[in-house]
Amino acid sequence: MKTYLPPKFLVERDMDRCIRCKVCINQCSFDTHYYDEEDDQIQSIIGNCVGCHRCMTFCPTQAITIKKNQHQYRDNYNWRPEIIEDIIKQAETGGVILTGMGDDKGQTIYWDHLVLNASQVTNPSIDPLREPMELTTYLGSKPDKIELDGERNLKTLLPPQVKLDVPIMFAGMSYGAVSLQVQESLARAATEAGTLWDTGEGGLHPSLYKYKNNTTVQVASGRFGVHPKYLDVARVVEIKIGQGAKPGIGGHLPGEKVSAEVSSTRMIPMGTDALSPAPQHDIYSIEDLSQLVYALKEAVNYSKPISVKIAAVNNSAAIAVGMVKAGADIIVLDGLRGATGAAPKIIRDNVGIPIEMALASVDSRLRKEGIRNHASLVISGGIRNSGDVAKAIALGADAVYIGTAALIALGCRLCQQCHTGKCAWGICTTDPLLSKRINPDIGSRRLVNLLHAWSIELQEMMGGMGINALESLRGNRLQLRGIGLTDSELAVLGVRMAGD
Amino acid sequence: MEQLLTVKKGNSRTTKIDVEGVYYRDLNAQLRELSSKGIQNVQLLNVYGQRYIGTNLSQPMEIEISGTPGNDLGFLMNGSKITVYGNAQDGCGNTMDDGNIVIHGHAGDILGMSARGGKIFVRDDVGYRAGIHMKEYQDKKPIIVIGGTTQDFVGEYMGGGILIILGLNLSEEKTYRAKFVGTGMHGGVIYLRGKVEQYQLGKEVGIAELEEKDYRVLHDNVNEFASYFNLEPNKILEHQFIKLFPRWLRPYGRLYTY
Ligand code: SF4
Ligand code: SF4
Repeated sequence: MKTYLPPKFLVERDMDRCIRCKVCINQCSFDTHYYDEEDDQIQSIIGNCVGCHRCMTFCPTQAITIKKNQHQYRDNYNWRPEIIEDIIKQAETGGVILTGMGDDKGQTIYWDHLVLNASQVTNPSIDPLREPMELTTYLGSKPDKIELDGERNLKTLLPPQVKLDVPIMFAGMSYGAVSLQVQESLARAATEAGTLWDTGEGGLHPSLYKYKNNTTVQVASGRFGVHPKYLDVARVVEIKIGQGAKPGIGGHLPGEKVSAEVSSTRMIPMGTDALSPAPQHDIYSIEDLSQLVYALKEAVNYSKPISVKIAAVNNSAAIAVGMVKAGADIIVLDGLRGATGAAPKIIRDNVGIPIEMALASVDSRLRKEGIRNHASLVISGGIRNSGDVAKAIALGADAVYIGTAALIALGCRLCQQCHTGKCAWGICTTDPLLSKRINPDIGSRRLVNLLHAWSIELQEMMGGMGINALESLRGNRLQLRGIGLTDSELAVLGVRMAGD
Repeated sequence: MEQLLTVKKGNSRTTKIDVEGVYYRDLNAQLRELSSKGIQNVQLLNVYGQRYIGTNLSQPMEIEISGTPGNDLGFLMNGSKITVYGNAQDGCGNTMDDGNIVIHGHAGDILGMSARGGKIFVRDDVGYRAGIHMKEYQDKKPIIVIGGTTQDFVGEYMGGGILIILGLNLSEEKTYRAKFVGTGMHGGVIYLRGKVEQYQLGKEVGIAELEEKDYRVLHDNVNEFASYFNLEPNKILEHQFIKLFPRWLRPYGRLYTY
């Protein structure tokens, strides 16, 4: 069938600059460029370009510019180009539209409607460059009270705690969705920066066992690669119920991505689809969740925190109470903008609630129930910079996960082609040649740099507020004010209007 | 917790423990302690619903259970052998890695869920979704043999392993009743003694006759099954068997567009 789809991007090549080195041909994994021998020129099939900027970045003479195809439809606020083109695609294929990364639609981003406080006159701000600043965070359940003995030693037996030097962890990205090189970059960076990375639900490659002190392992509905050793190497075990990019649905790693190495880690035959059922079939209720939480506690002899991750949805606050009562030591909320290696676009863009709202309501509810200390609260899905981190902590989070931001640090340009397995940046692929594009030496350095920069910024913001320990910012919503928000939005966020 | 006695049987010692009213955490902690001391044989008496028995033992053990063990018996088990004189509850053999579970009675729902290795033998009937999402990798291949019948969704999402359903308690005129058998199945195989109608199967499942190599697998496992329950294997094997298999390795390969 002839496609009616117009090309999305135009490739402009400055022929005066082009030296016919063919770098672009080799770099593009979407077969856009080719060498025309007759004319001795490099040409491009523009319809193939997905706008990932790989060729442009690596062209030694900067001869290439990638531009949005500005073809104009007649203005129509209702029938926007993306909507028209999705219909064309489905009319031509009959398929569910699959995409990568997070929701890119225009729903309100509440971080942008929140601003932070700073000290002026009445209490002094602190200069983090010269005064001590504390970002250390302990994840795990905290007891209601502690007892000391005569020597002032702790008598109370503490539930297992994990120390983070920065309150920013790398979100679960499975081997298979991303390459081993990406996982190694994350693992090394987490180790160096004193935080955690997360295996996602694809098992753990043995070459990464050595980063065990900084590894969170996931137990999800597919139970891929979950075996005693896997839990043994973990620092935290995370039960994944849901994911912000696709709440309520399972996952499926297409057979093309199940290479020999991926199959050995997931422990399924090569080339078969790796299906993750929508629910975990041993969990149909809070009581069942508790059963799995305690099964895992038994399996690790109560030595590691058990985390439970859900997508942020309407009843998150009530569910979170259940999760905490079910014995979760850490609860993770993944918001509407959380990203994925592959999800039906209609679900990614329409299901779930913004993380800011979920965080605020869960934190408030857990406090009201008097059980906020029983679990740490971690959020993910759309944390873009240290400002978002500071606001998340002030709204009540103990720590945040970053996924997309970490991938951007590694080179990702958000072209949303992760589900194709052809990522030209070598990130979301298991193709052995493409994955070599990520060098873990460089990748981990870029990630450590990012965390380092964000920590300094966090300290600057805290110092500005006259706060010298993250603990004092946590859940301190008085440090936040809202702008451009309705009364009910402010009420859910538990934040006052700017100027109030 | 009363450690009744340690009896010597040849070289191996059996530790008998009466666990009536013992909290599951204490029970499992004691098993772990015994396992770390190298105790290989344990008999648990008066088991009433304690969960997770057999999970996280440093050395494989032989555990005999009298009574009714609770949910997730042998969760993530890595090589122990459990024999239950009684019924097992839900989640028996959940995400099991290796080992052997023999149930002299019934078992509840999601028997052997996500198992990646080991064997489970149940003398009587089992609940819903037995063998759901079992998988296999190279020489790791879970095997479940069910002497009676199953409820619906048996073998759902099955990605590997072997599921044998014998229906020994069905009379000649009564047929196997479960529906949605093998829904989402994309690997492994189910051998069923007797027959099923197409409408009882998931749309991903095909029916075939057994081949030589299927019979070999069946023989070995039915023999082992019969040996546990004092049955006559040849009488079981005389009957007609069918083989249920996934029609596609990638059931949802054509669902999507980019
Ligand atoms: S897909 Fe990427 S590498 Fe290929 S032409 Fe477009 S921008 Fe360049
Ligand atoms: S990971 Fe790769 S494919 Fe996915 S959005 Fe980023 S650059 Fe594109």
